[in-house]
Amino acid sequence: MNSFMKWIHKWGSPPWFYRVSGMMLPWLTGLFAITLVYGLYAGLVLAPADYQQGDSFRIIYVHVPAAWMGMFIYIVMAVAAVVHLVWRIKIADVVLISSAPIGASFAFIALVTGSLWGKPMWGTWWTWDARLTSELLLLFIYLGIIALHSAVEDRQSAGRATAVLTLVGVVNIPIIHYSVVWWNTLHQGTTVMRLDGPAIAPQMLWPLLSMAIAFKLYYVIVMMLRARGEILARETKSRWVRELVGGE
Amino acid sequence: MTDLANSTVHLQADSVECSRDDRLLFENLSVEVSGGEALILEGRNGTGKTTLLRILCGLRRPDEGEVRWSGVPIEECAVDFHRHMVYVGHLDGIKRELTALENLRVLQTLSGRGRYTIEEALEAVKLGGFEDIPVHFLSAGQKRRAALARLLVTDARLWVLDEPFTSLDVHGIELVESLMDTHLSAAGALVMTSHHQVHLSAGVVKRLNLSES
Amino acid sequence: MSVWQAFIELLRRDLRLAMRRRAEVANPLLFFVMVIVLFPLGVGAEPNLLERMSAGVVWVAALLAALLTLDSIFRSDFEDGTLEQLLLSAQPLSVMVLAKVVAHWLVTGLPLLLVAPLLAMLLGMKSEAMGTLMLSLLLGTPVLSLIGAIGVALTVGLRRAGVILSLLVLPLYVPVLIFGAAAVDAAASGLPVAGQLYILAAFLAMALSLAPVAAASALRISLS
Repeated sequence: MNSFMKWIHKWGSPPWFYRVSGMMLPWLTGLFAITLVYGLYAGLVLAPADYQQGDSFRIIYVHVPAAWMGMFIYIVMAVAAVVHLVWRIKIADVVLISSAPIGASFAFIALVTGSLWGKPMWGTWWTWDARLTSELLLLFIYLGIIALHSAVEDRQSAGRATAVLTLVGVVNIPIIHYSVVWWNTLHQGTTVMRLDGPAIAPQMLWPLLSMAIAFKLYYVIVMMLRARGEILARETKSRWVRELVGGE
Repeated sequence: MTDLANSTVHLQADSVECSRDDRLLFENLSVEVSGGEALILEGRNGTGKTTLLRILCGLRRPDEGEVRWSGVPIEECAVDFHRHMVYVGHLDGIKRELTALENLRVLQTLSGRGRYTIEEALEAVKLGGFEDIPVHFLSAGQKRRAALARLLVTDARLWVLDEPFTSLDVHGIELVESLMDTHLSAAGALVMTSHHQVHLSAGVVKRLNLSES
Repeated sequence: MSVWQAFIELLRRDLRLAMRRRAEVANPLLFFVMVIVLFPLGVGAEPNLLERMSAGVVWVAALLAALLTLDSIFRSDFEDGTLEQLLLSAQPLSVMVLAKVVAHWLVTGLPLLLVAPLLAMLLGMKSEAMGTLMLSLLLGTPVLSLIGAIGVALTVGLRRAGVILSLLVLPLYVPVLIFGAAAVDAAASGLPVAGQLYILAAFLAMALSLAPVAAASALRISLS
């Protein structure tokens, strides 16, 4: 526990975060490029066409990872919210609010691609199917978080209020999701995360996983860039920032 | 009813720092007040007097440092601290639709009974005869007095007052000053801001000017 | 003073306040009635259509009416400083929040519940479904007040909180709406409704235990 707290406080220090994230960014960007290029090439060119859906299934290489990211980023934000409220770590606040717009964008992309996919599949741009509907509600929750943060004038209160709202959301999202699923189970069943092994062909699966990793790397990169900007803006007056920008 | 003379009063702010947005109001500020002492915060507008008061009574957390009540951080002894502290801020904390009597009864139930009954307290702030009238029929000064009657209906050892003399006339100010004198000579403590000169004849008066720090 | 005494005293204070501003209590009720009257005017007065929509329409209207009243849970207390005093009282804040939410529900939720069957009748809801409608509102509207209290606590310090409040709260209302309306629909089709009502009861139990704590910490933030 003690070393865990040390680790948290180390990462919680803005100069440390700034320095380490600066060192990590080039590596992350390289990995991101590799996984993205492989995922796209393998997914759009190498993988065989689906015997039922033809080539239109290939949109899953964007849709599915984007939908996963919508949830994943929310979980990251919820963890950041706990860290911020319990240990009062400043970086957690920065991570939370830097992540929210990215999460909202992924939820939005998942909705748009889902609707594009829906056109050839069901012959309509929008069906009230369970996953699209709960993705839409997730997007609303993201937008609520962003709206609250920008509406509160005092920055500290804004951060803490947003953290509380994020936690209220994390309790509610599963309930909302299962309510919507119960309300309407129209979509095809979950095909990747099944306990008895994946049901889709490996040539289709590998590119999907590669894209999922690429999306996660993209999130980390953009989040770090946003967080670095936010940190500089917040710590303008501190000594390490002045030294960083040339000591004047 | 607790014996006032026996329990000690000690509020201490230990190197507190607070900034609002990007403006640093104060840092490394330490101040304390004990029974029989009055601490008067001075300074120009915008130097953070109200913010410091709100930190001292636990409405706002300082960015750095901590506030202690009898040596215990106030977040850890909130109920005990709140039982012994009464705060009168810019806002009166009085419901306009209710009578003075109804207002004070709620506050007394929330914070514990004090030396005075509600009727005695209203008498003491010269609101006798007005207790059954909804507060919005009272003048601003009378409303302020109803708010200040709160000081008497609970058993608070520490008074935290933000501009207590607002809306009061000369007689009202003298009245409140005499209440403060009584409180200080009974080993109570007082923290306040005021644009007016404060004339206290009892207790030790300490001053802190936030413009200079 | 015991916590229980303080709870009762605060509840009585809020009810007394509501009695002295009766217009504010009546307005949301009027809104509820008007929204329901608008539906036949908008979609046509075809009896089968209205009957099929009635459960959802009554629930959506109840939800919007509840949303409209939320601000009154903390707003006036915030403006006159009594909320500060509540934070500084020697009582647990979450219990005080619960007292205020209970008062709010008694003043706004309960009247909705009592008017609802009348309005459901206007929409041609089957009489078998009325009991379930009342029961689902009885279990569901307190959840709306409890969740709403968190939203108001977060936005009470903002100058223009109205739109943000609905943005925060409405997505969280979805499960209550789904199971509330579904229960009434099931009753109208002669199907068993116990499952939906149990789930609503579970939501209520959860909201009762978690929402006051969340709202209390949100209030501390809003007032700092």
